[in-house]
Amino acid sequence: MANIDSANQQAVERMMDARPILKGVAPARDVIPGMKPNLLLHAGPPIEWERMSGPLRGAVIGALIFEGLAKNEKDATSLVEKGEVDFAPCHHHSTVGPMAGVTSASMMVYILENETHGNKAFSNLNEGYGKVLRYGAFSDEVIAKLKWMNEKMGPILAKAIEASGGIDIRALLSESLHMGDEGHNRNKAGSIIYTAKLAPWIAKVTDDSALESEILKALGENALSVLNPVMACCKAMADSAHGVEGSTMVTTMARNGTDFGMRVSGLGYEWFTAPAEIPDGLFFPSFTSADANPDIGDSTITETAGIGAFAMAAAPAIVTFISGTPQDAINASLEMYEITVAEHKHFTIPQLDFRGTPTGIDIRKVVELGIPPRVNTGIAHKEAGVGQVGAGLVRPPMKIFEDAVRAYAKKYKL
Amino acid sequence: MSITKSQIRSGSYYDSVVLMQLQRNLLTLPGVEDAGVVMATPANLELLADSELLSDESKTAKPEDLLIVVKAGSADDAEAAIGKVDELLKARRSATGSAYRPKSLAAAAKNLPAAEWALISVPGRYAAQVAQEALDLGKHVFLYSDNVAIEDEIELKQRAGEKGLLVMGPDCGTAIINGIGLGFANRVNRGSIGVVAASGTGLQAVTTAIHNLGGGVSQAIGTGGRDLKAAVGARSMLQALHYLAKDDDTKVIVLISKPPDEEVIAELLTVASQCGKPVVVDFIGFAAPASEIGNIYFAAGLDQTAQLAVGLSKSNMRTPEVVENSHGFVRGLFSGGTLAYEVLAGLQNFLYPIYSNVAIRDSQELENPLNSKAHTILDLGEDDFTVGRLHPMMDNDLRLRRMKQEAEDKEVGLILLDVVLGEGSHPNPASELGPAIVSNRKTRKDLEFVALVIGTDADPQKIDEQIKQLEDAGATVLRNVADTVAYVAARLATQSKAIGVLLRKFSEPLAAINVGVESFFDSLKSQGAQAIQVDWRPPALGNEELASILEKMKA
Repeated sequence: MANIDSANQQAVERMMDARPILKGVAPARDVIPGMKPNLLLHAGPPIEWERMSGPLRGAVIGALIFEGLAKNEKDATSLVEKGEVDFAPCHHHSTVGPMAGVTSASMMVYILENETHGNKAFSNLNEGYGKVLRYGAFSDEVIAKLKWMNEKMGPILAKAIEASGGIDIRALLSESLHMGDEGHNRNKAGSIIYTAKLAPWIAKVTDDSALESEILKALGENALSVLNPVMACCKAMADSAHGVEGSTMVTTMARNGTDFGMRVSGLGYEWFTAPAEIPDGLFFPSFTSADANPDIGDSTITETAGIGAFAMAAAPAIVTFISGTPQDAINASLEMYEITVAEHKHFTIPQLDFRGTPTGIDIRKVVELGIPPRVNTGIAHKEAGVGQVGAGLVRPPMKIFEDAVRAYAKKYKL
Repeated sequence: MSITKSQIRSGSYYDSVVLMQLQRNLLTLPGVEDAGVVMATPANLELLADSELLSDESKTAKPEDLLIVVKAGSADDAEAAIGKVDELLKARRSATGSAYRPKSLAAAAKNLPAAEWALISVPGRYAAQVAQEALDLGKHVFLYSDNVAIEDEIELKQRAGEKGLLVMGPDCGTAIINGIGLGFANRVNRGSIGVVAASGTGLQAVTTAIHNLGGGVSQAIGTGGRDLKAAVGARSMLQALHYLAKDDDTKVIVLISKPPDEEVIAELLTVASQCGKPVVVDFIGFAAPASEIGNIYFAAGLDQTAQLAVGLSKSNMRTPEVVENSHGFVRGLFSGGTLAYEVLAGLQNFLYPIYSNVAIRDSQELENPLNSKAHTILDLGEDDFTVGRLHPMMDNDLRLRRMKQEAEDKEVGLILLDVVLGEGSHPNPASELGPAIVSNRKTRKDLEFVALVIGTDADPQKIDEQIKQLEDAGATVLRNVADTVAYVAARLATQSKAIGVLLRKFSEPLAAINVGVESFFDSLKSQGAQAIQVDWRPPALGNEELASILEKMKA
């Protein structure tokens, strides 16, 4: 058996050395490996329709309507129940999606290319706030917005990104972490940088100034516009660290609204799952934790890659999510150093004297110290289509780490 | 009937998280049923509309406006709640939050890189593992925990020795390092007395007495009660002794323990005799061979220990000379039985193993007095030897033959003789012993002879002439037992085998990681030391199955 520490070091070096560049935008079916018309990708570990939570079901229905495979909810449901729709985790197709993460064949997706290791990762376009598919909404206005994004904004973004020669998302994150973002729940600065970087190219490739204005407004007003490229960037990083023999480092954490799933670099493609928990946080007007769906979304890829809640110290403006003071934000990051393999070479935290972010979760340390990773997250309403009801903190169930440690002992005959 | 009131504040920006917190606080106010505090962006207005919180007036708010909406049981309650908004926005937690408490030693070491020490007081079954981790991180260990297996203690101390680190304990309750008390310790003046103790209360009694007598302590190092057992071999005490010997701030060294195992005494006192500083020894209940041997002072009890140490620290005595080291075994060929016995009583504290036909301890019994082994002290006046011949005080024949026999043993480095003058003794012993010494030294140039001459200048043998003859033959002449013991012990001192890499100077100011009993952390802080507390929990939160897998994963 390989030395665990050196295997983890190798894995984390790969994760940190990965340099994912946003290279373009294209329909999923053209770029995502294995994508096909009746396949819907979703967030989290594998799940069948019967066990899907409200927001994920809503997003599935919306995607089938968007694809023209169903006319309405009833139609979509019966299509699924007849077994005519295939489901697979985004993660099985080098893809990640926030919240429900539902990605269908025609949807425009960002293409990230890891220049260091050559692998690619994909993520859909961010819809902004309010009634959105990722929270399970599928009303006409939701579908209309998706169509506008796909038909109007997507092609322009594709041209603009191509014209720009690519955008280095790792570098963008390094910068936004110094501007109060942690890269998961707070992407305000990053989204502004992203918009600023794209704006000249959007202007250059768009003839229609009204459309140009609409696109810039959509990007600039959406404090999450960069979240999806960021997630795909983290996915490309994590994938490049996967498959290191003997490594106990986590390369996937993802939730489908029912289960929390995890995969480990040295344990192949086995998912370790347990029921997802209800996040603890702050709620929008008139909502309480009774309205909340269990944890959902692939956005935990940010924590997997060493940002998000792990970089909480960099984002004091959102400390209220974790009930407190700027000191609590610093403590949150300090806690994550205890369960990680390295301090990031490229992502640093000014508030910690530019210490690298805690990077590469080691399942051994999680179990030994009893500290599950922290995850910053949006909170979805448990019913399809209501949308986001709050934001806060959640931790993966301890069981998945314990199971992974046992599986490791079995695989490596300890 | 609920009443909804709203307020628009133009151009006031707040982060949404601050507003969500504010909204949560509004909900706790009397009569408030629902509340919304948002920047009035279209998405947020929609959200309020969905919750039936959006009035016509509110609809006029612009995205850069702060919109506050409260739904309450009465208009008064709603107004009152809105009136509280400023107060709530200004409200700050009184505390700015407390510093992070790491859960692992590794994190603590990162967060306080200056920490050179780890104080460990976790339950005994986990203590060795935590101590091992501290050593791996390059920290000296103060191990308060008890119920640690002696095998673990040996392994820890061996490991520490290899890395130039010190393990105090297990079951070490007290120490004073660079003026900072660790565990249970008194606040005492700093000074020039270095204390090493295998007994916690012994250390406290002596350090306080030193303070009360006007002296001061440079370092007080605990070792744990088992350190002086043969199996452990006084590894910690030896390390500490070496440290204090080199330490410029230490003038006098004090060793405190219950009586150690015999081979341990020999090694400790040998090292002490070589350290170049006065050493006050209190092996509680130990039968000291003399009150002083060379630079070693044997104290009777803790109080006398402190008195002797303070006296020595204030005196301007010269640093004792370190006798140049020789090697090999001593063979003592005595004509006087009591002299042999007393020399044995002294040397047994320095040389191990040592044998005799007048053994003090059972382990010293020589099976065959005709054949010496290792260090041997022989009383040639014993019946075994005197049957049919004159006593060796009158007749040197036996001693001359035995000298030759010993000289032929290449492992012998020093032959010790007594020369007892006076009425009835041989009229000129040196005239026979001198030439024999010369002749033996012809074949064994490295062999040293030491003669303990007992007599006065009024004795018929003319003591000065006796001494001159012996010295001319190449012997070292000494005049009393204590000096003889000190000299021989120093000449044959062997290098300690167990101490490993010498300890680096302890850094000031002291910085430490505390794992376990929190009052030790508080005490460090109140003494002005830098400290960090580890929120320690058993590995895998006490799940033995997982903990054992994790242990295997470390291997």
